[in-house]
Amino acid sequence: MTNGDAGTGKSVLLDVRGLKKYFPIRRGILQKTIGHVKAVDDVTFFLNRGETLSLVGESGCGKTTTSRCILRAITPTAGQVLLSDNGEVVDVATVPKNRLRSLRRQMQMIFQDPFSSLNPRMTLLDIVGEPLLVHGVGNDQERTDRVVELLNLVGLRPEYMRRYPHAFSGGQRQRIGIARALALNPRLVVADEPVSALDVSVQAQILNLLLELQERLGLTYLFVAHDLSVVKHISERVAVMYVGRIVETAPTEELFASPRHPYTEALMSAVPKPDPRLRSERIVLEGEVADPANTPSGCHFHPRCRYAQAVCRETAPAQEEIAPNHFVSCHRAAELSLRGVARSGA
Amino acid sequence: MRNDTRPLLSVRNLRTSFFQDEGTTKAVDGASFDVFPGKTLGIVGESGCGKSVTAQSILRIVDRPGRIVDGEIVLTRADGSEIDLVKLKANSREIRSVRGGDIGLIFQEPMTSFSPVHTVGEQIIEAVLLHSEVGKKEARLRGIEALRSVGIPKPERRIDEYSFELSGGLRQRAMIAVALSCNPRLLIADEPTTALDVTTQAQILDLLRKIQQERGMAIMLITHNLGVVAEMADDVVVMYLGKVVEQGKVDDIFHDPKHPYTKALLQSIPSIDSTPRLKLPTISGSIPHPFNRPKGCPFHPRCVSAIAGRCDVEEPPLQAVGEGRKASCFLYP
Ligand SMILES: Nc1ncnc2c1ncn2[C@@H]1O[C@H](COP(=O)(O)OP(=O)(O)OP(=O)(O)O)[C@@H](O)[C@H]1O
Ligand SMILES: Nc1ncnc2c1ncn2[C@@H]1O[C@H](COP(=O)(O)OP(=O)(O)OP(=O)(O)O)[C@@H](O)[C@H]1O
Ligand SMILES: [Mg+2]
Ligand SMILES: [Mg+2]
Repeated sequence: MTNGDAGTGKSVLLDVRGLKKYFPIRRGILQKTIGHVKAVDDVTFFLNRGETLSLVGESGCGKTTTSRCILRAITPTAGQVLLSDNGEVVDVATVPKNRLRSLRRQMQMIFQDPFSSLNPRMTLLDIVGEPLLVHGVGNDQERTDRVVELLNLVGLRPEYMRRYPHAFSGGQRQRIGIARALALNPRLVVADEPVSALDVSVQAQILNLLLELQERLGLTYLFVAHDLSVVKHISERVAVMYVGRIVETAPTEELFASPRHPYTEALMSAVPKPDPRLRSERIVLEGEVADPANTPSGCHFHPRCRYAQAVCRETAPAQEEIAPNHFVSCHRAAELSLRGVARSGA
Repeated sequence: MRNDTRPLLSVRNLRTSFFQDEGTTKAVDGASFDVFPGKTLGIVGESGCGKSVTAQSILRIVDRPGRIVDGEIVLTRADGSEIDLVKLKANSREIRSVRGGDIGLIFQEPMTSFSPVHTVGEQIIEAVLLHSEVGKKEARLRGIEALRSVGIPKPERRIDEYSFELSGGLRQRAMIAVALSCNPRLLIADEPTTALDVTTQAQILDLLRKIQQERGMAIMLITHNLGVVAEMADDVVVMYLGKVVEQGKVDDIFHDPKHPYTKALLQSIPSIDSTPRLKLPTISGSIPHPFNRPKGCPFHPRCVSAIAGRCDVEEPPLQAVGEGRKASCFLYP
């Protein structure tokens, strides 16, 4: 395994190597496979214990598919998902089904949509207690006690235990989803767009809760999002995805201050900043995100890249560590000097 | 300062309510603001504060069981005459000539506003035919030009496609093309980029700005994204529970907010240029249920500066708190 953040002596919890997920495209009455959606196409990154890594990128770039592969909700086409489990390293991608169950206790998911991800016919007690029941943890009383503890933890009143989800607001429902994800004391929490559906003021409450829980419980987060401001706020490191590939991974401040991949630069400049004095010259990308069923040759970003040269059309760039802990996949990374986000006075 | 220009649209004390068995929702509860020619007015506020219903009221397309119960919406037409849109009969010829004539509209969800059984072209051509006296052939040519003007590549081919065949960004462009096909002087854009990725959003915002410069069109931009407002707006209206709590020039709103709600809202957004992993200030409590509106100032139960015996009793009027700006709060003037 890689050593992770050697300087701070952190150890790696999750090591994803060469992950691929291709979905077949079938046509006709015989359902012949006529091609593949390369949703995840050779993704490599690691996650240190107790840190938050954000996976950021635009719609359809493969963030959810990557997380589902990590949790083995779907089986990857290729690659390894190495989880360190009490000193032992297990490949979640290939582990036999009978061992998956115990691994799943360590990896839980929080979903984007607090409205559709909770069963409307179950009470809070049932929803939050279900993972305990499924994994045969404790008796009725113990499970109820644990649910009370969890509801307190996420800032919901335990008296609400017998209520149904429709009686709660979006933010409260997201708290329910978080309580449920924490029921089995997981080590890794994958949060797929957990605040995207929420209003700004509620979003702030949930982000604070996630930070607080991480500190208290020593959780490791893989945080999936498309909103760069949220990502900047929550993460220690950020991985930027474009059409099935990770183009750049770096510590948060460094990525925002000095991006090394042209897509990261364009993405950051496209984010509207909540300050009218920073109305800047934006880099407006031409054209559209490439179709993962029909990916461009070479670097996936080259058709929209203002720095592209012949080599970018021909070969896919390899991932290299351009500065300590700063990984980038761009042929021209060393020579380009790209624009990051200017810090405002505050 | 603005004495030289008359507002294009002037909304005064607008009230729109939904009357249901369970209770009455005062979706818009006495809102007043002006839209000036060639300028962009941003309307912000959290979900349910009445932004969309305000837009629907202006266009007179409020769904039942809702209706406008009070107020004026005065539009200055191209010939200088004024009409109060509230006085027009819903579905009358006049209001239809305003909709899609003087005022164009784009929504958040282009998928639901385009018909799935007609091609993009049929819908644009229909809009052109409705508002100008040209033949079918000319209307088609104008439709193609409209698609080209919003940056849709190969418009002669795209015009015969169905909206579901277009990507999200192209669909939003096509909707803008429909809205612009009759040269409106005011474009109401209700969350025009909320469903889009940031790079696509940047393309659409750029397009809106370019068209505004070319045509001198006013834009009423409704969004809950404060970043989009900061980038686009000249003036800003902040709404809370159906009321305008603050309005002013964009720089004043973002750099010297007066109303405690505006302040709290601005503080609660994580920004791309802020320090990572600090706790965000939050607004305590949550937005009240629309049937349970608090007495007095609608924001007082969540307000850090609420004055007991005053804010929970009396409702502060929207009044001047400086040059060109207003707020409804007892802390001022
Ligand atoms: N089960 C599936 N069958 C076929 N294609 C799929 C399937 N699941 C995802 N895809 C495709 O894989 C690509 C990546 O999808 P994914 O949901 O991982 O993206 P994402 O980054 O999470 O996007 P979003 O931000 O919209 O949630 C998309 O083109 C999607 O259409
Ligand atoms: N057709 C309707 N029937 C009943 N109530 C409605 C209807 N449309 C809107 N409302 C209510 O009116 C209030 C204002 O809604 P509106 O859609 O204007 O909010 P908004 O500010 O546009 O919110 P969002 O940011 O979520 O779009 C809300 O309380 C809403 O529930
Ligand atoms: Mg997703
Ligand atoms: Mg709305």
